[in-house]
Amino acid sequence: MSDSKMDQLKKAQAEWEQRMIAGEKKVPQRDGCFTTLSDMEVPLLSTPADLEASGFDYMRDLGFPGEFPYTRGVQRNMYRGKLWTMRQFAGFSSAKETNERFKMLLEQGQNGLSTAFDMPTLMGYDADSPKSKGEVGKCGVAVSSLEDMEELYAGIPLGDVTTSMTINGPAIVILAMYFAVADKQGVPHHKVKGTLQNDILKEYIAQKEWLFPVKHAVDLVTDTIEFCTKEYPNWNTVSISGYHIREAGATAVQELAFTLADGLGYVEECLKRGMKIDDFAPRLSFFFDVHNDFFEEIAKFRAARRIWARLMRERYGAKDPKSLMLRTHAQTAGVSLTAQQPYNNIVRVAVQALAGILGGTNSLHTNSMDETLALPTQESVMIALRTQQIIAEESGVANIADPLGGSYFVEALTNRVEKDALDYIRRIDEMGGIVAAIENGFPQAEIANSAYHFQRQLEAKQKVMVGVNKYKAPEAKRMDTLYIDRSVEKNQIQKLAELRTKRSPQAYAETIRKVREAAVAGQNLCGPIGEAVKAYATLQEVCDTLRGVYGEYRETGSF
Amino acid sequence: MSTSPKVEPNKIRVLVAKPGLDGHDRGAKVIARALRDAGFEVIYTGLHQTPEMVVNAAVEEDVHVVGLSILSGAHNALVPEIKEGLNKAGLTDCLFVLGGIIPDEDIPEMKKQGVDMVFTPGTSLTDVVEYIKKNAPVRA
Repeated sequence: MSDSKMDQLKKAQAEWEQRMIAGEKKVPQRDGCFTTLSDMEVPLLSTPADLEASGFDYMRDLGFPGEFPYTRGVQRNMYRGKLWTMRQFAGFSSAKETNERFKMLLEQGQNGLSTAFDMPTLMGYDADSPKSKGEVGKCGVAVSSLEDMEELYAGIPLGDVTTSMTINGPAIVILAMYFAVADKQGVPHHKVKGTLQNDILKEYIAQKEWLFPVKHAVDLVTDTIEFCTKEYPNWNTVSISGYHIREAGATAVQELAFTLADGLGYVEECLKRGMKIDDFAPRLSFFFDVHNDFFEEIAKFRAARRIWARLMRERYGAKDPKSLMLRTHAQTAGVSLTAQQPYNNIVRVAVQALAGILGGTNSLHTNSMDETLALPTQESVMIALRTQQIIAEESGVANIADPLGGSYFVEALTNRVEKDALDYIRRIDEMGGIVAAIENGFPQAEIANSAYHFQRQLEAKQKVMVGVNKYKAPEAKRMDTLYIDRSVEKNQIQKLAELRTKRSPQAYAETIRKVREAAVAGQNLCGPIGEAVKAYATLQEVCDTLRGVYGEYRETGSF
Repeated sequence: MSTSPKVEPNKIRVLVAKPGLDGHDRGAKVIARALRDAGFEVIYTGLHQTPEMVVNAAVEEDVHVVGLSILSGAHNALVPEIKEGLNKAGLTDCLFVLGGIIPDEDIPEMKKQGVDMVFTPGTSLTDVVEYIKKNAPVRA
């Protein structure tokens, strides 16, 4: 827009504002706070003047889909070429039952698997550990050995599906088990495709399922990146996750900033080992939350891609476009679901899913309406999957790339989110990077403050949760939820006892010894752990060996 | 702030505990801070506590209230062990409350196991504070 036209616009806008304010004598603004969910000010109206004020430049800031800086998406033909991957997270009870759920989801048109493990597995304990009591199969599937992993993916050709596995602390062991199953199926390495979450930094920040002190844990992540880069070129080595950071109470900007800072942390570690940026960066992927505030979320996804592309190019000299592209999975916000009037959750999920898609996500999990009560039933999972299919096939939004690009408001908000996130990243850089920031408790404290602030706003009704602090209703009949029987725990314990008598004690002892030696020597552990799991060493046996060398992480109970 | 006629809030000592392997500590931390802001003395155990560790902390800190936060579905296994430990340690008068993801159908069993109150999702901070003020035991 020419300067004179812009001046005319600003003048007209100022006059309109006067008329608007005068009109408010008759129709005043409603009570309520007109801010985003994360408390960013929202203007009543956005015009080209807002874009000018935030320094907008089309070619520099947007470009085209599939091209630098990828603000408009990472695929040139976006969802016309390939719809986002509809990937419902599933896992409960025994490997056998989860295997049946997987097969149901694949039959219903889902195109990728996503595995949830139970708490003991996530913490590197076997089902028969005293620490596992009452937890086996509850929040996901119990996997204590290669035998469980074989059952989990039985009859599913691992060369044809992509699998995501949500595990971090003991990720290196679970990955070794997965590769062992693929080997047994005879799948060539380059055809093994999927994603390991393997993002230990966000565990210390938010999810809190850790095993070892930070430095050793980060070394294990780097081991898997190094190993896969050579051996499994199509495996996504880390899913750098903002989801748990957000769910723990972070704002949208904090989620974005801490996640990208974690990503930079892994990049630095790989470079320190002498790896080349374009060798490993293409296989780093991301995972964000999609929360309630529609435009804030869309802005967050767009800003994420732009910041990452610029940082990778400017800081690290990445050249491969795949290194610059932020490819991301998204999940609707579990924390936004309510136990009260649970059917309302279907609507929340649909709105959030739409935001993720308009934000250009590459993969999506839609939560089921009952997930705040328990793990989802088959019926509620189906509604969640159908929600994505309705958006994809009926709403028309998948026809056009980045349809909100050019919206005065969305562009200004994208710039704002980007600027605020970069401020955080600069502060973390000044602390000496993300590992130092975590050891100082910085992101943890920022998130706890935001969580408390939000809870206070809810109590004061400055923020609304329908059915919780507004529009409450007497509870109707309670919903049927999935119940995990205690017999799962008993059966798993029994299976493990049998496994320990069946396996070769020599092979077990020999491979575990090699894991210990490699850990002491600081060598890459992927090879030795691969051998140990093939000798049916259990998850905990491998993890305890590493605990013996590294020690365990402890957090002080601050709040 | 209004104070209960029974006890002064600044004398009520509350242990907020996270037993089990569950790492979801958002709720526990928000509650801990709200209770502190309401004038209670709050001790937070941190994560991944065994039942024994929770009982030991309650004894060492000589608390009036033990509040557990469990979101992993392990409450049926963990709660009875902790209650038994508290009883054995002589903390029989402790107010014993539970929050997190506790299915409705499990609440009667939790009460039977000695839980005085189960706070389900959506409970306001004020309600929790008021409940503790009203029900915390008075000790000489």
